Amino acid sequence: MTQPLLALSGLTKAYPGVVANKDVSFNILPGEVHALLGENGAGKSTLVKTIYGLVKPDSGTMMLNGAPFTPTEPRAARASGVAMVFQHFSLFDAMNVAENIALGMENPPPQREIAAQVRAVSDQYGLPLDPTRIVGELSAGERQRVEIIRCLLQDPKLLIMDEPTSVLTPQEVEILFKTLRKLSAEGTAILYISHKLEEIRALCKNATVLRLGQVVGTCDPRTTSARDMAELMVGSALHVPERAARAAGDTILALKGLSANAPHQFGTALQDITIDVKKGEVLGIGGVAGNGQDELVAALSGEMRTADGMISYQGKNIGHLGPNQRRKGGLLTAPEERMGHAAAPDMSLIENAALTATTRKELATKGFLNWRKARSFAEDVITTFDVRTPGSNNTARSLSGGNLQKFVIGREIMQDPVVLVVNQPTWGVDASAAAAIRQALLDLAANGAAVICISQDLDELMEISDRFAALNEGRLSAPRPAQGLTVEEIGLLLGGAHDMEVAHVDA
Amino acid sequence: MDLSAINPILLLASLMVAATPIILAAVGELIVERAGVLNLGVEGMMITGAVCGFIVAVNTGSPFLGFIGAAIGGAVLSLLFGFLTQFLLANQVATGLALTLFGLGLSALMGQNYIGIKAPEFPDWHIPLLGDIPVIGPIVFQHDPMVYVGLAIVVAVWAFLKFSRAGLVLRAVGENHEAAHALGYHVVRVRMLAIMFGGACAGLGGAYLSLVRVPQWTEGMTAGAGWIALAIVVFASWKPMRLLLGAYLFGGVTVLQLNLQAAGMAIPVEYLSMSPYLATIAVLVIMRSGRAPGSLGQSFHASR
Repeated sequence: MTQPLLALSGLTKAYPGVVANKDVSFNILPGEVHALLGENGAGKSTLVKTIYGLVKPDSGTMMLNGAPFTPTEPRAARASGVAMVFQHFSLFDAMNVAENIALGMENPPPQREIAAQVRAVSDQYGLPLDPTRIVGELSAGERQRVEIIRCLLQDPKLLIMDEPTSVLTPQEVEILFKTLRKLSAEGTAILYISHKLEEIRALCKNATVLRLGQVVGTCDPRTTSARDMAELMVGSALHVPERAARAAGDTILALKGLSANAPHQFGTALQDITIDVKKGEVLGIGGVAGNGQDELVAALSGEMRTADGMISYQGKNIGHLGPNQRRKGGLLTAPEERMGHAAAPDMSLIENAALTATTRKELATKGFLNWRKARSFAEDVITTFDVRTPGSNNTARSLSGGNLQKFVIGREIMQDPVVLVVNQPTWGVDASAAAAIRQALLDLAANGAAVICISQDLDELMEISDRFAALNEGRLSAPRPAQGLTVEEIGLLLGGAHDMEVAHVDA
Repeated sequence: MDLSAINPILLLASLMVAATPIILAAVGELIVERAGVLNLGVEGMMITGAVCGFIVAVNTGSPFLGFIGAAIGGAVLSLLFGFLTQFLLANQVATGLALTLFGLGLSALMGQNYIGIKAPEFPDWHIPLLGDIPVIGPIVFQHDPMVYVGLAIVVAVWAFLKFSRAGLVLRAVGENHEAAHALGYHVVRVRMLAIMFGGACAGLGGAYLSLVRVPQWTEGMTAGAGWIALAIVVFASWKPMRLLLGAYLFGGVTVLQLNLQAAGMAIPVEYLSMSPYLATIAVLVIMRSGRAPGSLGQSFHASR
């Protein structure tokens, strides 16, 4: 038996009130792709931060190549050959690619040499990247390449990847997997964190499953079904959303030639978006982040006003109306960014509930808020959507991501929307909470409301949408029935190659 | 009005002198802000530097030691700001404002026995050869050493930010402190050093007023120069060379309006006195471009 590259034994780390890792032990062999599975809050991030030297364990030991390994800071971990690609990219928007790469290296050579090395590595691994470009202007896939190349330039023995594919198109995922397989063949071990189980089945030879900070099992993902792995993660049988067959109703919301400039620098302009949304349907809009999703949500919610005639709701022009007037009419929106956009982090759940529900739930009379009514509304949302919190007086910030997401989506659904726009409804939410949110969206549509679901998670869109359209560089493809769409067709839609290429695939 | 009383060579020469305290304070604040910290206490650190420098210079008889004392005084006061904002995570805006008020009061207390005393002479350099060039010589090459120290600091800061590894790390900390921390850089350490550098530079700027420009100690003698320095950092889009331009513009209009006043221009003095501020604001609005450091003004705590 070969000596493990990295051997973890008995790692324990407690934070006040929560044990993040409890007696975690497993081995990573040289050159293997090892998956680390677990729901949100299972302790995956703490564990990899321990390996990368960002977190000091309370007890337990790590051995790297048979020698004790106790990195006190990332610099030490990097020096020992451990590199990490972060979930939320650790990049600097205002700097160029070469500068960003230099920041992640020990003793970097001068900029010009870095540029040459970047070109060499990007050729070798098929990751095209121009070292002089400003990172703020890159797509999510390109940004990830910056992170990967930063790691590769250091010739790592162990590469840690935290949720690397959440922002990539299927084609970009393929490129990434090719790179990872090549690295693995060259002897680099990869610790791969994801909750996309099909990806893990395609890529990994070994998996360790964490639940509530403890190792609850190991498996060979190539022979274990995704459902079994999910149940191992959750610890109970998984509920799969059910959809009732339904006929589409009348058009309720119509976009006609919607064009608008991006409100921010680094934003994407919307270009000539035309689509009819019908009662009782779920319209899925896919696309890689930064292709106009935020701008489309802003145009629909009323945060961004648009020219006359571009948006009509129930036959009336609403392009000039602000968010509250649109809410009054039943067009509700749950934006993507939980902290700061969908919820005010330091305000209580009651206050956050009142912030969007005042008009529709009539929580105010003559300009005075009725706090009793607001509280009972907030508590309704909390019970109906199983939001885990000690009470409605707690701040939004104190909730975990998944719980806050349930609250934010539930708050809109409980206001009986006629049209609900959601952006990334299950981003960073674990499997069981995600299933609950999807079910709630489906139920809403079954009751006759129209749901527009913007997401990067294609599995999610395929699961809940009736029609699917792709957003690419601010343009929306023609909608297609979601049933029967293949991953290849979607990938081509996302890549911006519209109808023509898809027809080609069909032929 | 007699415009012929204004000597253009003298005007341009005094422009360089008038701009120096602002250049010194602003270049320090530029480094602080590039590290992601907004220290609104520049005025307070300047005036503290002014009084510290004056006290040391009077007691030792050496203006050079005075400037060193001023830098130390400014840096010590900035440490207070650093401790409150970086370790106790106090709000930077409120702490900076408090620092200004505190510095004004502290300096008045310290300088009580020094009012009306003249500072020791700080002779101008007459740089051989270069100083003898007609026109350009008197404008550029016949000043006291601090004028050149100020310019040298600006050039050094520019090179530091553009070419050095440490400068890259400093910019990274200011741009995205979470990411810099994740990569293993010491955000708080970098920021404390930047804050101290900013304090020392503001102190030098203040001492330039009390030891060279005036040269006397009076309460509140900085008269808003610290705020102008803050504004110029923004106007310069956090770029050192543009900062030089802004400071010279402000210094130039200040000197010009003083000369116009002396020449008896038929405009109420109040309008002339406000002209440097108006001109700086106008240019600030017109030229504003570039982006503030991404983490500017946010508290950082390595809690996650």
